Amino acid sequence: MAHAYTPGLRVTRDAVLRRTRRLPMQGKVLGQVGDTVQRQQVVARTELPGNVRTMNVINRLGISADELPTFMLKSEGDAVRKGDVIAATRPLIKWFKTVVEAEIEGTLESISSVTGQVLLREPPLPVEVLAYVDGSIVEVIADEGVVVETRGAFVQGIFGVGDETCGPLHMISDGPGQDLNPDAIDAQCAGHIVVGSGLASYAAIDKARQVGASGVIGAGIHDSDLRQLLGFDLGVAITGAEDIGLTVILTEGFGRIAMARRTFDILAHCHGQQASLSGATQIRAGVMRPEIIVPDLDRESPTDDVKAGHSGGMGEGNALRVIRAPYFGRIGTVGRLIADLQQVESGASVRVLEVEFEDGTRAVVPRANVELIEE
Amino acid sequence: MGKLDVVIATDCGSTTTKAILIERQGDIYRQTCRGEAPTTVEAPFEDVTRGVLNAIQEIEELSGRQILDGERIITPADGMRGVDIYISTSSAGGGLQMMVAGVVESMTGESAQRCALGAGAIVMDVLAANDGRLPHEKIERIRNLRPDMVLLSGGTDGGTISHVVELAEYVAAADPRPRFGTGFQLPVIFAGNRDARSEVERVLGDRTTLHQSENIRPVLERENLAPARHVIHDLFLEHVMAQAPGYRELMSWTGAPIMPTPAAVGQIMQTIARRQNINVLGVDIGGATTDVFSVFSTTGDDGLSAEPVFNRTVSANLGMSYSISNVLAEATMANVMRWIAIDIEEADLRDRIKNKMIRPTTIPQMLEELQIEQGVAREALRLALIQHRALAVGLKGVQTERTLSDVFEQAASGDSLIDMMALDLLVGSGGVLSHAPRRSQTTAMLIDAFQPEGVTQLAVDSIFMMPHLGVLASVDEKAATDVFERDCIVYLGTCVAPVGGSGKTGEACVTYNLEVDGASGVDGSLRYGDLEVIPLADGVEGEMVLRPTRGWDVGAGAGQELRTQVRSGVVGLILDGRGRPVHLPDDDDARRECVTRWNQALGLYADTGEEA
Repeated sequence: MAHAYTPGLRVTRDAVLRRTRRLPMQGKVLGQVGDTVQRQQVVARTELPGNVRTMNVINRLGISADELPTFMLKSEGDAVRKGDVIAATRPLIKWFKTVVEAEIEGTLESISSVTGQVLLREPPLPVEVLAYVDGSIVEVIADEGVVVETRGAFVQGIFGVGDETCGPLHMISDGPGQDLNPDAIDAQCAGHIVVGSGLASYAAIDKARQVGASGVIGAGIHDSDLRQLLGFDLGVAITGAEDIGLTVILTEGFGRIAMARRTFDILAHCHGQQASLSGATQIRAGVMRPEIIVPDLDRESPTDDVKAGHSGGMGEGNALRVIRAPYFGRIGTVGRLIADLQQVESGASVRVLEVEFEDGTRAVVPRANVELIEE
Repeated sequence: MGKLDVVIATDCGSTTTKAILIERQGDIYRQTCRGEAPTTVEAPFEDVTRGVLNAIQEIEELSGRQILDGERIITPADGMRGVDIYISTSSAGGGLQMMVAGVVESMTGESAQRCALGAGAIVMDVLAANDGRLPHEKIERIRNLRPDMVLLSGGTDGGTISHVVELAEYVAAADPRPRFGTGFQLPVIFAGNRDARSEVERVLGDRTTLHQSENIRPVLERENLAPARHVIHDLFLEHVMAQAPGYRELMSWTGAPIMPTPAAVGQIMQTIARRQNINVLGVDIGGATTDVFSVFSTTGDDGLSAEPVFNRTVSANLGMSYSISNVLAEATMANVMRWIAIDIEEADLRDRIKNKMIRPTTIPQMLEELQIEQGVAREALRLALIQHRALAVGLKGVQTERTLSDVFEQAASGDSLIDMMALDLLVGSGGVLSHAPRRSQTTAMLIDAFQPEGVTQLAVDSIFMMPHLGVLASVDEKAATDVFERDCIVYLGTCVAPVGGSGKTGEACVTYNLEVDGASGVDGSLRYGDLEVIPLADGVEGEMVLRPTRGWDVGAGAGQELRTQVRSGVVGLILDGRGRPVHLPDDDDARRECVTRWNQALGLYADTGEEA
């Protein structure tokens, strides 16, 4: 291949990050370059066209479609309130008069003399975009949004569910690999992000939800628990819009698996600090991973670049995580890159590398089955 | 067109841009080099041409031929410099995503779906007057999906106008924005009742880029999909491609229109079927989606063979990585597990499959993981074929007339076109099939999933070259078929599978005699429940006489002898006596024993040091 490529998740104590905050359609930007913004501050606002309600007026009036315009009392573009008479028959005897009332408040969008339908549109729906992270505006995208820059700790998860949220981190584990204990989640966790270093069971996540936590961060989850949480079997990993009452981010994957030491240390260090979370995950072309950002705007010179999620080549000594059996979840370093294709147990001849694990043991694994832990 | 000695072709996929070099060697075209590079449609590059240039540069390095002069492709070829033509296909940015609409879901709605699928699109939704949704639900759906274009059909010529206009009104009310390009209007093709054209123009003319095409269902008994498909291709280039990053530039480089990748694969399938006068079924199983293509001859009303019918379906959420979890959800755990001889906990298997979903680029290192993935692949392929059968019922092009009763029969049965007994060639493509450690594993996956009947040749696309050859076929059919036969396709073997009979395991269902030039004949009998391989060398052809026992059929009718030419492939000649559908014992131990026996017969997993 012309370009070697190794996927990696970023885990760093100090990064400068930019997040584009954009409206789904054009609107008004509330702020300018240099403004300081708070995570829950509105930075752009617009109005989505309201939903459309169709009314089959000709059936109700007992007329033909081509007669409809002559029976309409309102015209296209007119504002209507719920209950306003929009069309009526004109019988000789008033008692036989039939009227059609608007079913919603809004505007009359169209009158069709072909289908006999009248379309009413509800009032526009306001849409607001929040800053999401504490920081400052470094770019204004005219009529669409802003780019907010922040600095602080940054951890990319492997998989998440739930929307953007925020709150102080609340670590409940003493070291990596401890399952989240539901008993350790109490009223103190309300409004907080509960952080554990091992398996996030349904019982623990549900307890966090009951006490009013904003989110849960764990290392792994069983598929059966995820099914219980979502209420269905997730077919493709495109998430972020689940209405489950909180946001859940996993740093390692499915199954009982320990959080990487570096990830644990950073999250433990940030205990009590305000964090911004997004559970949105899209695993397809243009991959998107969930993220945890803990802003620390008072730091001095930045030590990291501004691009998130970059990936690069692999070199000896790089920290990595094996992401497939038989060494799934184990952390180590690149011991040796082996140039020639090697046959692995499955019979496939693939590019491999030698991994040196934390306990000093070594193993040969396919290059496709490791990911770099990027600092 | 001028001389055609050197061709460079690319396929710009969602993640990888693949380039191949094709050169004329004497009278024959051969594929000589291959290069690839990450596709660069998305940030930070947002220019598809970067990936194309990188892939071509790799070919330059491997072949020693200078193809680029800076960022320009040198044409025509002169010695070891330049190429005669550059051609490309594309599925980057998610391919062509369409929404279709028809008045009656099972009639014009289905025709519109077939039309869009055949043009290489992913059909995001089918709207119909009778689809059970409320008007505001339809409008919201159109607005939320943001398709690349909409195909609006409905009404036979002279039929309903109001229902068609109603659909147009929903589209207008939704005022959908296209995915690419904020400053242009959504392309809408109207291919319905010609009498509704002026009304549709009135409703949609100002809000969309409206194109009128011939009615795809001018009368109930006839479909006319080709004109609308051509409009879809034109709009794909003019609007969708031209808006995607870098494509306007790329289009100026190519010597033939850029085709959507699945349309190009469909093109080469049709070319092969026509040139060899055979029925072909093809499948391309990817990480996210599985495409199934078929070209089947049908018998016309006059009893004569009519023009072959091409159908394509895409199963949007059946795939081996991004969608692997969905295969499990749709197929059920029991159906996946039935193909796996090893003992594994369900909870563990579920976690493993989810881990593959979230880390889609990983590969099985352990043999048991390979077996699991190949079990999932069988089910993904099986489900994709079911979906294909459901849609490949179509009234074909304008040549075939159907009676009204046929139309209702079609809606009820839905599988009239895919006749596995009449199938001549089954072609597989996609990572799990093309890159299986052993070709025998590919063979087993294809046979178990599709369960071909009678005598069927099996093949696999060696390095995913069919898209390139599809677009090449539009320029030079001979060049495309030369490369298809010699470099693209690896023949796995011929599968002989008697069907229709019953009996006890171990009883003979067919006896056979095989005569191969220059070798002594082979006589034998195939027992019910057995899978056997006659290990002939690749490419060996012979005459086989098959004598099915009572009730069994190999293509000539129940109990009737069949004399046929067979061709071996890299696996050999496969005799499948398991009947159709393949039955597995209910008892788990017996099932594992049975699967192990079949695996051993084909040499699937034991002694992994050996190549099949």
